[in-house]
Amino acid sequence: MIQAKRVLPPIAVIALIVGAWWAVVVATNSVVFPTPLQVMTGTFELIKDGTLWQHIGASLFRVGTGFLLAVMVAVPLGLWMGWVKGAYVTLNPIFQMLRPISPIAWIPIAILWFGVGDVSPIFLIFISSVFPMIVQTTVGVHTIEQRYLRAAANFGVSRYTLFRQVVIPAVLPQIIVGMRIGLGVAWLVVVAAEMIALRSGLGYLIMDSRNAGNRYDLVVAAMIIIGLIGLLLDGLMRLLEGLKSVRWRYAH
Amino acid sequence: MPTRISVEGVGKSFASEHGMLHVLDNISFEVAEGETVAIVGPSGCGKSTLMNIIAGFDRPDSGSVKIDGELLRKPSSRGILISQQGSVFPWLTVQQNLMFGLNAHAHEEKIRLADHYAAMVGLNGFENRYPHELSGGMLKRAELARALVVKPEILYMDEPFSALDALLHLRMRNELLRILEEERHTVLLITHDVEEAIHIANRVIVLSARPTTIQTTFDVPFPHPRNLSSAPVQELRSAILRELGVDSYSNYGRSE
Repeated sequence: MIQAKRVLPPIAVIALIVGAWWAVVVATNSVVFPTPLQVMTGTFELIKDGTLWQHIGASLFRVGTGFLLAVMVAVPLGLWMGWVKGAYVTLNPIFQMLRPISPIAWIPIAILWFGVGDVSPIFLIFISSVFPMIVQTTVGVHTIEQRYLRAAANFGVSRYTLFRQVVIPAVLPQIIVGMRIGLGVAWLVVVAAEMIALRSGLGYLIMDSRNAGNRYDLVVAAMIIIGLIGLLLDGLMRLLEGLKSVRWRYAH
Repeated sequence: MPTRISVEGVGKSFASEHGMLHVLDNISFEVAEGETVAIVGPSGCGKSTLMNIIAGFDRPDSGSVKIDGELLRKPSSRGILISQQGSVFPWLTVQQNLMFGLNAHAHEEKIRLADHYAAMVGLNGFENRYPHELSGGMLKRAELARALVVKPEILYMDEPFSALDALLHLRMRNELLRILEEERHTVLLITHDVEEAIHIANRVIVLSARPTTIQTTFDVPFPHPRNLSSAPVQELRSAILRELGVDSYSNYGRSE
Protein backbone atom coordinates (compact mmCIF):
# COMPACT_ATOMS: atom_id res chain seq x y z
CA MET A 1 0.00 0.00 0.00
CA ILE A 2 2.83 2.39 0.83
CA GLN A 3 4.37 1.57 -2.55
CA ALA A 4 1.09 2.38 -4.28
CA LYS A 5 0.87 5.70 -2.43
CA ARG A 6 4.27 6.66 -3.78
CA VAL A 7 3.76 5.45 -7.34
CA LEU A 8 0.15 6.25 -8.13
CA PRO A 9 0.05 10.05 -7.69
CA PRO A 10 2.95 10.79 -10.09
CA ILE A 11 1.50 8.36 -12.65
CA ALA A 12 -1.87 10.07 -12.32
CA VAL A 13 -0.29 13.49 -12.92
CA ILE A 14 1.59 12.22 -15.98
CA ALA A 15 -1.62 10.69 -17.36
CA LEU A 16 -3.40 13.98 -16.77
CA ILE A 17 -0.73 15.97 -18.60
CA VAL A 18 -0.71 13.55 -21.54
CA GLY A 19 -4.49 13.65 -21.68
CA ALA A 20 -4.63 17.45 -21.60
CA TRP A 21 -1.89 17.64 -24.23
CA TRP A 22 -3.78 15.26 -26.49
CA ALA A 23 -7.08 17.11 -26.01
CA VAL A 24 -5.53 20.52 -26.77
CA VAL A 25 -3.80 19.28 -29.94
CA VAL A 26 -7.02 17.71 -31.21
CA ALA A 27 -9.16 20.71 -30.24
CA THR A 28 -6.87 23.24 -31.96
CA ASN A 29 -6.42 21.12 -35.10
CA SER A 30 -2.68 21.83 -34.92
CA VAL A 31 -0.80 20.60 -37.95
CA VAL A 32 2.67 21.13 -36.45
CA PHE A 33 2.41 20.09 -32.83
CA PRO A 34 2.17 16.29 -32.47
CA THR A 35 -0.24 14.20 -30.42
CA PRO A 36 1.22 11.73 -27.90
CA LEU A 37 0.45 8.95 -30.37
CA GLN A 38 2.45 10.67 -33.12
CA VAL A 39 5.34 11.03 -30.70
CA MET A 40 5.17 7.31 -29.97
CA THR A 41 5.11 6.47 -33.66
CA GLY A 42 8.02 8.81 -34.26
CA THR A 43 10.01 7.16 -31.49
CA PHE A 44 9.41 3.70 -32.96
CA GLU A 45 10.48 4.99 -36.34
CA LEU A 46 13.80 6.12 -34.81
CA ILE A 47 14.22 2.83 -33.01
CA LYS A 48 13.52 0.86 -36.18
CA ASP A 49 16.07 2.61 -38.38
CA GLY A 50 18.59 2.50 -35.55
CA THR A 51 19.34 6.24 -35.45
CA LEU A 52 17.98 6.58 -31.90
CA TRP A 53 20.69 4.34 -30.44
CA GLN A 54 23.29 6.20 -32.46
CA HIS A 55 22.19 9.53 -31.00
CA ILE A 56 21.93 8.22 -27.47
CA GLY A 57 25.33 6.52 -27.78
CA ALA A 58 26.96 9.69 -29.09
CA SER A 59 25.55 11.81 -26.25
CA LEU A 60 26.48 9.28 -23.59
CA PHE A 61 29.99 8.92 -25.01
CA ARG A 62 30.57 12.68 -24.82
CA VAL A 63 29.12 12.94 -21.34
CA GLY A 64 31.05 9.91 -20.14
CA THR A 65 34.39 11.12 -21.47
CA GLY A 66 34.03 14.72 -20.31
CA PHE A 67 32.69 13.69 -16.93
CA LEU A 68 35.41 11.11 -16.24
CA LEU A 69 38.11 13.59 -17.22
CA ALA A 70 36.50 16.08 -14.83
CA VAL A 71 36.46 13.49 -12.00
CA MET A 72 40.12 12.70 -12.62
CA VAL A 73 41.03 16.38 -12.35
CA ALA A 74 38.54 17.53 -9.69
CA VAL A 75 39.05 14.87 -7.02
CA PRO A 76 42.86 15.15 -6.64
CA LEU A 77 42.68 18.94 -7.03
CA GLY A 78 39.87 19.20 -4.48
CA LEU A 79 41.73 16.99 -2.00
CA TRP A 80 44.86 19.07 -2.44
CA MET A 81 43.00 22.36 -2.03
CA GLY A 82 41.21 21.02 1.02
CA TRP A 83 44.36 19.75 2.69
CA VAL A 84 46.89 22.47 1.80
CA LYS A 85 45.80 25.91 2.90
CA GLY A 86 48.10 27.69 0.45
CA ALA A 87 46.56 25.83 -2.49
CA TYR A 88 43.08 26.80 -1.29
CA VAL A 89 43.92 30.46 -0.79
CA THR A 90 45.59 30.63 -4.21
CA LEU A 91 43.12 28.70 -6.36
CA ASN A 92 39.73 29.08 -4.71
CA PRO A 93 39.05 32.68 -5.84
CA ILE A 94 39.80 31.75 -9.45
CA PHE A 95 37.48 28.74 -9.37
CA GLN A 96 34.76 30.72 -7.62
CA MET A 97 34.95 33.24 -10.44
CA LEU A 98 34.90 30.64 -13.23
CA ARG A 99 32.13 28.59 -11.66
CA PRO A 100 29.18 30.95 -12.24
CA ILE A 101 30.00 31.32 -15.96
CA SER A 102 27.43 29.22 -17.78
CA PRO A 103 29.03 26.43 -19.81
CA ILE A 104 26.92 27.68 -22.72
CA ALA A 105 28.98 30.87 -22.67
CA TRP A 106 32.03 28.77 -23.47
CA ILE A 107 30.54 27.46 -26.73
CA PRO A 108 32.08 30.08 -29.04
CA ILE A 109 35.47 29.55 -27.46
CA ALA A 110 35.09 25.77 -27.64
CA ILE A 111 34.33 25.98 -31.35
CA LEU A 112 37.27 28.34 -31.86
CA TRP A 113 39.67 26.02 -30.06
CA PHE A 114 38.38 22.58 -30.91
CA GLY A 115 36.19 22.98 -33.99
CA VAL A 116 32.89 21.17 -34.33
CA GLY A 117 33.98 17.57 -33.66
CA ASP A 118 33.55 15.55 -30.49
CA VAL A 119 36.15 17.51 -28.59
CA SER A 120 34.07 20.68 -28.21
CA PRO A 121 31.16 19.08 -26.30
CA ILE A 122 33.58 17.01 -24.24
CA PHE A 123 35.39 20.18 -23.30
CA LEU A 124 32.11 21.89 -22.40
CA ILE A 125 31.06 18.96 -20.25
CA PHE A 126 34.43 18.99 -18.56
CA ILE A 127 34.11 22.72 -17.82
CA SER A 128 30.58 22.34 -16.51
CA SER A 129 31.15 19.42 -14.16
CA VAL A 130 34.68 20.02 -12.92
CA PHE A 131 33.92 23.06 -10.74
CA PRO A 132 31.08 21.66 -8.65
CA MET A 133 33.15 18.55 -8.01
CA ILE A 134 36.21 20.56 -6.97
CA VAL A 135 34.08 22.61 -4.60
CA GLN A 136 32.36 19.58 -3.03
CA THR A 137 35.64 17.71 -2.55
CA THR A 138 37.31 20.73 -0.96
CA VAL A 139 34.36 21.27 1.36
CA GLY A 140 34.50 17.57 2.19
CA VAL A 141 38.11 17.85 3.36
CA HIS A 142 37.37 21.00 5.34
CA THR A 143 34.50 19.32 7.17
CA ILE A 144 36.36 16.18 8.28
CA GLU A 145 35.72 16.02 11.99
CA GLN A 146 38.70 16.93 14.10
CA ARG A 147 38.27 13.86 16.31
CA TYR A 148 39.07 11.52 13.41
CA LEU A 149 42.21 13.41 12.43
CA ARG A 150 43.26 13.40 16.07
CA ALA A 151 42.76 9.65 16.34
CA ALA A 152 44.93 9.20 13.25
CA ALA A 153 47.61 11.41 14.80
CA ASN A 154 47.33 9.48 18.05
CA PHE A 155 48.05 6.16 16.36
CA GLY A 156 50.98 7.72 14.56
CA VAL A 157 50.13 6.32 11.15
CA SER A 158 52.04 7.14 7.98
CA ARG A 159 50.90 9.90 5.61
CA TYR A 160 49.85 7.22 3.15
CA THR A 161 47.61 5.47 5.70
CA LEU A 162 46.24 8.84 6.84
CA PHE A 163 45.11 9.63 3.32
CA ARG A 164 44.00 6.17 2.29
CA GLN A 165 42.15 5.22 5.46
CA VAL A 166 41.03 8.55 6.92
CA VAL A 167 40.99 11.54 4.57
CA ILE A 168 39.73 9.91 1.36
CA PRO A 169 37.02 7.73 2.94
CA ALA A 170 35.91 10.68 5.09
CA VAL A 171 35.51 12.83 1.98
CA LEU A 172 34.06 10.11 -0.27
CA PRO A 173 30.40 10.88 0.55
CA GLN A 174 30.97 14.52 -0.44
CA ILE A 175 32.79 13.42 -3.60
CA ILE A 176 29.78 11.32 -4.53
CA VAL A 177 27.46 14.27 -3.95
CA GLY A 178 29.75 16.33 -6.19
CA MET A 179 29.65 13.61 -8.85
CA ARG A 180 25.86 13.59 -8.78
CA ILE A 181 25.74 17.34 -9.26
CA GLY A 182 28.49 17.17 -11.90
CA LEU A 183 26.82 14.46 -13.94
CA GLY A 184 23.47 16.27 -13.77
CA VAL A 185 25.01 19.46 -15.14
CA ALA A 186 26.97 17.49 -17.74
CA TRP A 187 23.79 15.96 -19.12
CA LEU A 188 22.15 19.41 -19.35
CA VAL A 189 25.14 20.77 -21.18
CA VAL A 190 25.72 17.99 -23.71
CA VAL A 191 22.27 18.51 -25.22
CA ALA A 192 22.83 22.26 -25.44
CA ALA A 193 26.29 21.75 -26.95
CA GLU A 194 25.02 19.31 -29.54
CA MET A 195 22.44 21.79 -30.73
CA ILE A 196 25.14 24.05 -32.09
CA ALA A 197 26.79 21.77 -34.58
CA LEU A 198 27.85 18.16 -35.09
CA ARG A 199 26.06 15.30 -36.81
CA SER A 200 24.88 13.18 -33.90
CA GLY A 201 23.59 13.26 -30.36
CA LEU A 202 20.20 13.90 -28.83
CA GLY A 203 20.69 17.67 -28.99
CA TYR A 204 21.48 17.37 -32.68
CA LEU A 205 18.39 15.19 -33.13
CA ILE A 206 16.19 17.95 -31.72
CA MET A 207 17.60 20.71 -33.92
CA ASP A 208 17.79 18.50 -37.00
CA SER A 209 14.20 17.30 -36.60
CA ARG A 210 12.98 20.87 -36.45
CA ASN A 211 15.10 22.09 -39.36
CA ALA A 212 14.37 19.09 -41.58
CA GLY A 213 10.66 19.53 -42.10
CA ASN A 214 9.23 20.53 -38.73
CA ARG A 215 9.26 16.98 -37.30
CA TYR A 216 8.01 18.10 -33.90
CA ASP A 217 7.03 14.55 -33.05
CA LEU A 218 10.76 13.70 -33.02
CA VAL A 219 11.58 16.90 -31.11
CA VAL A 220 9.23 15.90 -28.30
CA ALA A 221 10.37 12.27 -28.45
CA ALA A 222 14.00 13.35 -28.02
CA MET A 223 13.05 15.60 -25.10
CA ILE A 224 11.31 12.76 -23.30
CA ILE A 225 14.25 10.44 -23.90
CA ILE A 226 16.66 13.07 -22.57
CA GLY A 227 14.56 13.31 -19.42
CA LEU A 228 14.45 9.55 -18.95
CA ILE A 229 18.21 9.11 -19.43
CA GLY A 230 18.87 11.97 -17.00
CA LEU A 231 16.71 10.20 -14.44
CA LEU A 232 18.60 6.96 -15.08
CA LEU A 233 22.03 8.63 -14.67
CA ASP A 234 20.96 10.18 -11.39
CA GLY A 235 19.71 6.78 -10.25
CA LEU A 236 23.12 5.29 -11.06
CA MET A 237 24.86 7.92 -8.95
CA ARG A 238 22.38 7.27 -6.16
CA LEU A 239 23.48 3.64 -6.17
CA LEU A 240 26.93 4.85 -5.12
CA GLU A 241 25.37 6.44 -2.06
CA GLY A 242 24.28 2.97 -1.01
CA LEU A 243 27.86 1.70 -0.66
CA LYS A 244 28.41 0.43 2.85
CA SER A 245 31.53 2.48 3.42
CA VAL A 246 29.74 5.79 2.71
CA ARG A 247 26.31 5.08 4.15
CA TRP A 248 27.31 6.49 7.56
CA ARG A 249 27.09 9.96 6.07
CA TYR A 250 23.65 9.67 4.50
CA ALA A 251 21.85 7.30 6.86
CA HIS A 252 20.53 8.41 10.30
CA MET B 1 56.92 1.86 40.79
CA PRO B 2 58.74 4.24 38.43
CA THR B 3 57.03 7.45 37.32
CA ARG B 4 55.26 7.16 33.98
CA ILE B 5 53.58 10.55 33.56
CA SER B 6 55.09 13.65 35.06
CA VAL B 7 53.18 16.94 34.79
CA GLU B 8 55.34 19.87 35.85
CA GLY B 9 53.92 23.35 36.41
CA VAL B 10 51.57 23.27 33.42
CA GLY B 11 49.75 26.51 32.66
CA LYS B 12 47.53 27.47 29.74
CA SER B 13 45.58 30.54 28.64
CA PHE B 14 43.31 31.16 25.68
CA ALA B 15 42.48 34.42 23.95
CA SER B 16 38.74 35.13 24.11
CA GLU B 17 36.42 38.04 23.37
CA HIS B 18 36.76 39.15 26.97
CA GLY B 19 40.53 39.11 26.99
CA MET B 20 42.85 36.33 28.04
CA LEU B 21 41.16 33.36 29.65
CA HIS B 22 43.45 31.83 32.20
CA VAL B 23 42.46 28.16 32.17
CA LEU B 24 45.22 26.14 33.83
CA ASP B 25 47.49 27.51 36.50
CA ASN B 26 50.66 25.73 37.54
CA ILE B 27 49.44 22.14 37.67
CA SER B 28 51.89 19.49 38.81
CA PHE B 29 51.39 15.82 39.58
CA GLU B 30 52.83 12.43 38.78
CA VAL B 31 51.34 9.12 37.77
CA ALA B 32 53.27 5.95 38.49
CA GLU B 33 53.47 2.99 36.13
CA GLY B 34 50.32 0.86 36.36
CA GLU B 35 48.50 3.43 38.45
CA THR B 36 44.98 4.62 37.70
CA VAL B 37 44.47 8.27 38.50
CA ALA B 38 41.17 10.09 38.17
CA ILE B 39 40.86 13.82 37.79
CA VAL B 40 37.56 15.36 38.86
CA GLY B 41 36.56 18.98 38.80
CA PRO B 42 33.68 21.36 38.17
CA SER B 43 32.53 21.62 34.57
CA GLY B 44 34.38 24.19 32.53
CA CYS B 45 37.43 23.98 34.76
CA GLY B 46 39.69 22.94 31.91
CA LYS B 47 39.85 19.20 32.50
CA SER B 48 39.80 18.46 28.80
CA THR B 49 42.37 21.14 28.09
CA LEU B 50 44.63 19.49 30.63
CA MET B 51 44.03 16.09 29.05
CA ASN B 52 44.80 17.41 25.57
CA ILE B 53 48.10 18.78 26.83
CA ILE B 54 49.05 15.58 28.66
CA ALA B 55 48.16 13.44 25.62
CA GLY B 56 50.28 15.70 23.39
CA PHE B 57 47.54 17.30 21.25
CA ASP B 58 48.08 20.73 22.71
CA ARG B 59 51.11 22.62 24.05
CA PRO B 60 51.20 24.20 27.50
CA ASP B 61 52.12 27.90 27.74
CA SER B 62 54.34 27.13 30.68
CA GLY B 63 55.64 23.98 32.32
CA SER B 64 56.06 20.61 30.64
CA VAL B 65 54.80 17.03 30.41
CA LYS B 66 57.22 14.13 30.52
CA ILE B 67 56.43 10.52 29.69
CA ASP B 68 58.98 8.08 31.16
CA GLY B 69 61.23 11.07 31.77
CA GLU B 70 61.09 12.14 28.13
CA LEU B 71 59.69 15.53 27.14
CA LEU B 72 56.41 15.06 25.26
CA ARG B 73 56.32 16.84 21.92
CA LYS B 74 53.47 15.22 20.02
CA PRO B 75 50.87 12.49 20.49
CA SER B 76 52.05 8.94 20.03
CA SER B 77 50.58 5.46 20.17
CA ARG B 78 52.26 4.95 23.55
CA GLY B 79 49.28 6.78 25.03
CA ILE B 80 45.87 6.52 23.38
CA LEU B 81 43.11 9.03 24.06
CA ILE B 82 39.53 7.82 24.41
CA SER B 83 37.10 10.72 24.51
CA GLN B 84 33.43 11.17 25.21
CA GLN B 85 32.45 11.79 21.59
CA GLY B 86 34.40 8.77 20.37
CA SER B 87 36.50 8.52 17.25
CA VAL B 88 35.83 5.08 15.79
CA PHE B 89 36.03 5.64 12.02
CA PRO B 90 32.51 5.23 10.64
CA TRP B 91 33.80 4.25 7.19
CA LEU B 92 35.78 1.25 8.44
CA THR B 93 34.43 -2.00 9.85
CA VAL B 94 35.14 -2.93 13.46
CA GLN B 95 37.99 -5.15 12.34
CA GLN B 96 39.45 -2.49 10.02
CA ASN B 97 39.21 0.04 12.86
CA LEU B 98 41.13 -2.27 15.16
CA MET B 99 43.77 -2.92 12.51
CA PHE B 100 44.16 0.80 11.80
CA GLY B 101 46.93 1.53 14.29
CA LEU B 102 48.89 -1.66 13.68
CA ASN B 103 51.73 -0.63 11.42
CA ALA B 104 54.50 -3.09 12.03
CA HIS B 105 52.67 -6.40 11.62
CA ALA B 106 51.96 -8.76 8.74
CA HIS B 107 48.37 -8.69 7.51
CA GLU B 108 47.40 -12.05 9.04
CA GLU B 109 48.89 -11.03 12.37
CA LYS B 110 46.92 -7.77 12.28
CA ILE B 111 43.70 -9.70 11.75
CA ARG B 112 44.55 -12.10 14.56
CA LEU B 113 45.31 -9.26 16.99
CA ALA B 114 42.21 -7.34 15.96
CA ASP B 115 39.97 -10.34 16.47
CA HIS B 116 41.62 -11.16 19.80
CA TYR B 117 40.90 -7.70 21.19
CA ALA B 118 37.43 -7.60 19.66
CA ALA B 119 36.73 -10.78 21.59
CA MET B 120 38.24 -9.31 24.74
CA VAL B 121 35.69 -6.48 24.76
CA GLY B 122 32.86 -8.82 23.77
CA LEU B 123 32.59 -7.85 20.11
CA ASN B 124 33.16 -11.28 18.60
CA GLY B 125 30.76 -11.79 15.76
CA PHE B 126 30.67 -8.07 15.02
CA GLU B 127 34.10 -7.76 13.39
CA ASN B 128 32.68 -7.04 9.96
CA ARG B 129 29.98 -4.62 11.07
CA TYR B 130 30.17 -0.92 10.39
CA PRO B 131 29.95 1.45 13.37
CA HIS B 132 26.53 2.75 12.37
CA GLU B 133 25.26 -0.80 12.75
CA LEU B 134 26.40 -0.93 16.41
CA SER B 135 24.77 0.34 19.59
CA GLY B 136 26.34 3.08 21.69
CA GLY B 137 27.80 0.61 24.16
CA MET B 138 29.29 -1.56 21.42
CA LEU B 139 30.81 1.51 19.83
CA LYS B 140 32.58 2.28 23.12
CA ARG B 141 33.85 -1.29 23.27
CA ALA B 142 35.19 -0.96 19.73
CA GLU B 143 36.95 2.26 20.69
CA LEU B 144 38.45 0.63 23.76
CA ALA B 145 39.60 -2.39 21.77
CA ARG B 146 41.16 -0.18 19.10
CA ALA B 147 43.19 1.51 21.82
CA LEU B 148 44.18 -1.75 23.52
CA VAL B 149 45.30 -3.50 20.34
CA VAL B 150 48.29 -1.19 19.84
CA LYS B 151 49.41 -2.10 23.38
CA PRO B 152 49.75 1.45 24.67
CA GLU B 153 51.44 2.07 27.98
CA ILE B 154 48.88 4.72 28.89
CA LEU B 155 45.14 5.07 28.38
CA TYR B 156 43.92 8.65 28.48
CA MET B 157 40.20 8.57 29.13
CA ASP B 158 38.29 11.83 28.87
CA GLU B 159 34.73 11.22 30.14
CA PRO B 160 34.83 7.94 28.23
CA PHE B 161 31.43 6.57 29.20
CA SER B 162 29.42 9.67 30.04
CA ALA B 163 27.38 9.47 26.83
CA LEU B 164 26.02 6.07 27.91
CA ASP B 165 22.97 5.43 30.07
CA ALA B 166 23.52 4.67 33.76
CA LEU B 167 23.28 0.89 33.49
CA LEU B 168 25.61 0.65 30.51
CA HIS B 169 27.93 3.12 32.19
CA LEU B 170 28.31 0.82 35.20
CA ARG B 171 28.77 -2.23 32.99
CA MET B 172 31.52 -0.56 30.96
CA ARG B 173 33.33 0.42 34.16
CA ASN B 174 33.34 -3.20 35.27
CA GLU B 175 34.60 -4.28 31.84
CA LEU B 176 37.35 -1.71 32.00
CA LEU B 177 38.44 -2.94 35.43
CA ARG B 178 38.50 -6.52 34.18
CA ILE B 179 40.64 -5.53 31.21
CA LEU B 180 43.01 -3.44 33.34
CA GLU B 181 43.48 -6.49 35.53
CA GLU B 182 44.77 -8.34 32.46
CA GLU B 183 46.65 -5.62 30.63
CA ARG B 184 47.96 -3.40 33.44
CA HIS B 185 47.92 -0.04 31.72
CA THR B 186 48.62 3.26 33.33
CA VAL B 187 45.31 5.11 33.22
CA LEU B 188 44.53 8.80 33.47
CA LEU B 189 40.77 9.27 33.74
CA ILE B 190 38.98 12.58 33.54
CA THR B 191 35.45 12.59 34.81
CA HIS B 192 32.78 14.70 36.44
CA ASP B 193 31.37 11.54 38.02
CA VAL B 194 32.79 11.06 41.52
CA GLU B 195 31.39 7.54 41.81
CA GLU B 196 33.13 6.54 38.60
CA ALA B 197 36.39 8.01 39.89
CA ILE B 198 36.20 6.06 43.15
CA HIS B 199 35.15 2.90 41.32
CA ILE B 200 38.15 2.83 39.01
CA ALA B 201 41.02 4.92 40.37
CA ASN B 202 43.77 4.43 42.94
CA ARG B 203 43.95 8.15 43.41
CA VAL B 204 41.53 11.02 42.82
CA ILE B 205 42.81 14.50 42.05
CA VAL B 206 40.28 17.29 42.67
CA LEU B 207 40.65 20.41 40.55
CA SER B 208 39.43 23.85 41.51
CA ALA B 209 37.41 26.23 39.34
CA ARG B 210 39.23 28.49 36.86
CA PRO B 211 42.08 29.29 36.84
CA THR B 212 42.40 25.64 37.63
CA THR B 213 44.82 24.33 40.19
CA ILE B 214 44.98 21.08 42.12
CA GLN B 215 42.78 21.60 45.13
CA THR B 216 43.45 18.33 46.87
CA THR B 217 44.20 14.66 46.29
CA PHE B 218 42.49 11.58 47.75
CA ASP B 219 43.89 8.07 47.89
CA VAL B 220 41.40 5.30 47.20
CA PRO B 221 42.70 2.47 49.38
CA PHE B 222 39.94 -0.07 48.68
CA PRO B 223 40.84 -3.35 46.93
CA HIS B 224 38.95 -4.49 43.83
CA PRO B 225 36.18 -5.49 43.42
CA ARG B 226 34.88 -2.45 45.21
CA ASN B 227 31.55 -2.34 46.95
CA LEU B 228 30.33 1.12 45.99
CA SER B 229 27.60 1.18 48.62
CA SER B 230 29.87 0.35 51.56
CA ALA B 231 30.20 2.97 54.29
CA PRO B 232 33.89 3.90 53.75
CA VAL B 233 33.32 4.33 50.01
CA GLN B 234 30.30 6.54 50.66
CA GLU B 235 32.31 8.56 53.16
CA LEU B 236 35.07 9.14 50.61
CA ARG B 237 32.46 10.10 48.04
CA SER B 238 30.97 12.68 50.40
CA ALA B 239 34.40 14.06 51.19
CA ILE B 240 35.24 14.49 47.50
CA LEU B 241 31.85 16.06 46.79
CA ARG B 242 32.39 18.49 49.65
CA GLU B 243 35.66 19.53 48.03
CA LEU B 244 33.66 20.20 44.86
CA GLY B 245 31.24 22.33 46.87
CA VAL B 246 28.33 19.87 46.78
CA ASP B 247 26.48 18.69 49.86
CA SER B 248 26.00 14.99 49.16
CA TYR B 249 23.16 14.54 51.64
CA SER B 250 20.77 16.51 49.50
CA ASN B 251 21.71 14.43 46.50
CA TYR B 252 19.73 11.22 46.13
CA GLY B 253 20.76 9.72 42.85
CA ARG B 254 24.09 9.31 41.16
CA SER B 255 26.65 11.98 41.82
CA GLU B 256 26.87 14.26 38.82
